Amino acid sequence: MEVLVILVPLALGLGLVGLIGFLWSLKSGQYDDLEGAAWRAIADDEPARQAPRD
Amino acid sequence: MQATRDFSHYVRDAGSGLSHIDLAVEGVSCAGCMSKIERGLSAIPDVTLARVNLTDRRVALEWKQGALDPVSFIDRLAELGYKAYPFETADAEAAEAEQSGFLLRCLGVAAFATMNVMMLSIPVWSGNVSDMIPEQRDFFHWMSALIALPAAAYAGQPFFRSAFRALRTRNVNMDVPISIGVMLALALSVIETVNHAEHTYFDAAIMLLTFLLVGRYLDQSMRRRTRAVAGNLAALKAETATKFVGPDEISQVPIAAIHPGDVVLLRPGERCAVDGTVIEGRSEIDQSLITGETRHVAAERGTAVYAGSLNISGTLRVRVSAASEATLLAEITRLLDNALQARSRYVRLADRASRLYAPVVHATALLTVLGWVLMGASWHDAIVTGVAVLIITCPCALGLAIPTVQTVASGAMFRAGVLLNSGDSIERLAEVDHIIFDKTGTLTLPELEVVNAADIPEEALRLAGQLALSSHHPVAAAVARTANARSPLPGAVEEPGQGVRGYVGGRELKLGRPAFCGAEHLPSDNACLDPEASIVAFSMGETRYLLSVRQGLRPDAQAVISALLKRGIKVEILSGDREPAVRAAAHALGVSEWRAGVTPADKIARIEELKSGGLKVMMVGDGLNDAPSLAAAYVSMSPISAAHLSQATADLVFLGKPLAPVVAAIDFARKALHLMRQNLWLAVGYNLLAVPIAISGVVTPLIAAAAMSGSSLLVMLNALRARRVAQGRP
Repeated sequence: MEVLVILVPLALGLGLVGLIGFLWSLKSGQYDDLEGAAWRAIADDEPARQAPRD
Repeated sequence: MQATRDFSHYVRDAGSGLSHIDLAVEGVSCAGCMSKIERGLSAIPDVTLARVNLTDRRVALEWKQGALDPVSFIDRLAELGYKAYPFETADAEAAEAEQSGFLLRCLGVAAFATMNVMMLSIPVWSGNVSDMIPEQRDFFHWMSALIALPAAAYAGQPFFRSAFRALRTRNVNMDVPISIGVMLALALSVIETVNHAEHTYFDAAIMLLTFLLVGRYLDQSMRRRTRAVAGNLAALKAETATKFVGPDEISQVPIAAIHPGDVVLLRPGERCAVDGTVIEGRSEIDQSLITGETRHVAAERGTAVYAGSLNISGTLRVRVSAASEATLLAEITRLLDNALQARSRYVRLADRASRLYAPVVHATALLTVLGWVLMGASWHDAIVTGVAVLIITCPCALGLAIPTVQTVASGAMFRAGVLLNSGDSIERLAEVDHIIFDKTGTLTLPELEVVNAADIPEEALRLAGQLALSSHHPVAAAVARTANARSPLPGAVEEPGQGVRGYVGGRELKLGRPAFCGAEHLPSDNACLDPEASIVAFSMGETRYLLSVRQGLRPDAQAVISALLKRGIKVEILSGDREPAVRAAAHALGVSEWRAGVTPADKIARIEELKSGGLKVMMVGDGLNDAPSLAAAYVSMSPISAAHLSQATADLVFLGKPLAPVVAAIDFARKALHLMRQNLWLAVGYNLLAVPIAISGVVTPLIAAAAMSGSSLLVMLNALRARRVAQGRP
């Protein structure tokens, strides 16, 4: 059962990665417009973009 | 003089050579609108970002600095068929947004911690039944502690802070028992882990926080959404003023960019957006939004004008006396201050519940500890049992009982056209048994309309409407609106103070004063009956008609009043307007109790009189003169067209032309209060079942977790019923 010493921290580490992912998505504004996001997923194509920002 | 529009006030520097502006857009409701707007705006050269937010109904735009004028975006959106206006985030809304982001972060941390602690707890639960090596169990417990302690320290902040604030002011709120429960559960669990015990409560404590944060977040996001809508509506009113930027040069700027000392131009038909003094010109102004009086007042050099006044006939130059929000008639300000101070602080249902709840729970826990010690148990075992009582009674369901109902009910009210300004207004609204209505702008519509339109031949009305489009006079605007006129008559000429003249097919058309149209001898039957109406005449060659223009009652006012009476609510009208006008409205609506010519101080006195009789009074009003009485009433409501100050003072704001939202709001509030009480009883019932188990000392963490999530789910599901009210049921 010594394998638990590796497996449990590994599981927790993966959980932590998930949490960091969530916090990142929150910070980058992905939850700002929940209604719009639902529609964007099924839109035919992205609106034409002008020259990319740089 | 042609005014240019200047929106530079709203443009922000987004860095790296880009400018940013936020626009509130009306009528965006679907994916089609979203892509249409984004494509339409992205097609403008030099635009680098055009993104629609469908939840808030706003567009964020960025473009190369100096390349474009923000006005061009608004024009482009108008071409696409959307009304848009620059939007400035109010401080309150920004604070709400930040708070809701923080709660979501806390919720994220708590939820991830719960999942991981549960992953460790379930093996321990099953291991306790079979045979787990104590070292393994200790390892699992230490891992749980490692996750739960920092997570609770972070995610518990909203509760710890609020509990601390309450205790510092010697109060108790729901967060006090929550914080004590969570902290004791965690502390006990650490001690138990050190002592290699079988049971720890890390899972229960962190799960409790997760459930409560769900409730908190729901509550917060409902308020944020309401604020966003209110912010959009405020922006879409597009309040601008024509400001003199040179001796003869004018520019149309947003109100926010006007400062005291500026001189603004007020044309006929325009609503004044600032407070100030007339320095040049002569006109009549309609101050019904301020005083409730529908009769026009003469304005000349030296007359004070207030935001919300409608200029009727001449052009005025006004020197702004104070910034747009911080103004007003001294008397109203003084009364409002007094009323706000006297406003008895309403104790929310949740706080009342927790005032009863906290002492009972803590006393029970203490008695449990003492009881077990007296019965010969060790101090250690007695304290463990006592903490188990606290954990099991920790008000998880109680904490969710009210916010979930509030969220669902406010969503339903939102769909019915009612916005909430304050969180506890639902509870207060449900108890209302007497409603005082203001007349002007509340029972009547704020805009003028032609009341005898049905008596005029359709063709004549259409031509009159087209002719009216050439004039800025508010009465002409009302004629144009009633006739649904779109295109002005070519070649029509306005004769100031008289009317408009035009030609169609060789016939001369005139719209204006009866004398101007040669209609002064026409029998004006309805004009005699209606003391409030302005009479205008319309002539086509030799045929002449009289049009009676006035503020009409809201279309469903009568139905609403009878619906209120049916619900056992008394209705009364208090108006600052003249007696004949108020009597006519009261008579038409079937309201027996009314008073006319009432001053703001009288209104407050009447409310106090009713309050001392034990009645729960709701005030519904829109005028500046209503603001003090809105603050003095038990609960208050304003239409969206109300004066700024009244809207900010009212607990609820309703949208649109009909008065029906008033009844809908009361129905939803009553249902919500019923469900809140029901939920509290459910929570109490759960405690009555669970506490004896906890006192007897047989509670395991598994029972605690199951009981907690079970009761929380029950309460949440019950709250969903607040979405609907039975039609026609009081």
